[in-house]
Amino acid sequence: MLATLIRLLGDFDVAEEALQDAFTIAVTQWERDGVPTNPRAWLISAGRNRTVDRLRRDDRFVRFTNTLALPTEPVVMPEEPRDEEDGVDDDQLRLIFTCCHPALARESQVALTLRTICGLTTEEIARAFLVPVPTMAQRLVRATGKIRAARIPYRVPPAGELAERLDAVLAVVYLVFTEGYAATSGDALVRRDLSSEAIRLGRLLVALMPDEPEANSLLALMLLHDARRQARAGADGDIVLLEDQDRACWDGAQIDEGLVRVEAALQNGGSGPYAIQAAIAALHARARVASDTDWRQIEALYALLLQRAPSAVVELNHAVAVAMVEGPERGLLLADAIDARGELRGYHLLHAVRADLLRRLGRRAEAAAAYDTALELVTLEPERRFLQRRLSELRQPDSNQAPAES
Amino acid sequence: MQYLLLIYNNERNWTELPEADVGALMGDYQSFTQSIAKSGHYKGGNALQPTNTATTVRVRNGKRTATDGPFAETREQLGGYYLVDAKDLDEAIGIAARIPGALTGAIEVRPIMQTPAPVPA
Repeated sequence: MLATLIRLLGDFDVAEEALQDAFTIAVTQWERDGVPTNPRAWLISAGRNRTVDRLRRDDRFVRFTNTLALPTEPVVMPEEPRDEEDGVDDDQLRLIFTCCHPALARESQVALTLRTICGLTTEEIARAFLVPVPTMAQRLVRATGKIRAARIPYRVPPAGELAERLDAVLAVVYLVFTEGYAATSGDALVRRDLSSEAIRLGRLLVALMPDEPEANSLLALMLLHDARRQARAGADGDIVLLEDQDRACWDGAQIDEGLVRVEAALQNGGSGPYAIQAAIAALHARARVASDTDWRQIEALYALLLQRAPSAVVELNHAVAVAMVEGPERGLLLADAIDARGELRGYHLLHAVRADLLRRLGRRAEAAAAYDTALELVTLEPERRFLQRRLSELRQPDSNQAPAES
Repeated sequence: MQYLLLIYNNERNWTELPEADVGALMGDYQSFTQSIAKSGHYKGGNALQPTNTATTVRVRNGKRTATDGPFAETREQLGGYYLVDAKDLDEAIGIAARIPGALTGAIEVRPIMQTPAPVPA
């Protein structure tokens, strides 16, 4: 409803007020006259008409009508042909593209999307991203202000721009997911609310753009990762590595859905970064025991991803896969090359990977030094505990042989 | 809705360019200006003399000072601008991307603030 009112009224803040007005009117009128046959259309219509009334008396109206050519007669909303319950409509799609417009900073895109598409309160978003409420409120005010002042359009981009603009939308959804799935700081490994919001957004995108393989791939990727949520942390909140996870705790139904979606996306011509990552997640999910994992294919897919979407983080993942296929020595060579370039110096996982490979090669002093560096950089409490545990194992004089790991 | 497109470039791009290339770049600007005039987007625009001709003026406590040079020393300098009419930010961005200076420098797209028309004296 908010999305529709934003389209009709052309302004985020005015639309929010209109919706509140509509609910206020509904409380008294529905009690008196009964609930209308199409409550959603009724609320939109009421919100809009009340706003037009109010703005007419308001000095803002002059400015407003100048830019919007707002009709001055009350408008009766047509009955909506779509299923009201699924909430899927073109207004929402337009709104997503507005929220994720490249002229807005990424953090504002994320905040606006959660606020307007998911309906989270400013307080909830602030809590999720560990920033003070006034900071988040400011961020939202600034973003809606820019949409209004710079006139960021409210529309689905034309075909020529769609791919590039869709990337931003998918990136926002994935960022919400990863922040929920592997929070960058704080005490909890998983912030479940954010993961489920991201999956909900992913479902919405797929419903809105059913032929877009990257949208389907992103949803598959999130479903497959999220299916392992239960198994990722022990009872004490400690990290359980993929290879040590109790695979019986994985959510089988969610994995099945993820696998079906990956297949569909690949058959639909999917070969973008999300399709490749979803295919990798599918290979992990398919292995009944860790030793069944098809690392050879995973390594090939990371090599492909490196061509499609080169980044040092992907390179690091590739190095890990190479270590699984060809042994830690080859993996370490690649990880050292990344380290030598200096790009990921501040990224704790680079040092954690190097430490693990060195440990497996029996180079204990170097491994300990790398764990120390990783510990200096890590911000998430469970990860810090994990690295600390590894480091103390390494320093125990009797553990002369590193435990085998595959 | 009107937008000011501010063209930022390293001035040396012009001064160190061979004469033939300067001519070609001028030609590019001319045909760009013509194309947006024809499409009805053009509302105005100018190239500016380089920053070594700039003077910065301040008034503090009623006292006026004028100093040599631009307000900020940066790697890219304001070298010119267009004022255009566009239906929304996407259209303005599309126009900005076609300015020849976008290939080497950067274009800042600034919406013009809507203010009530001044009352005639």
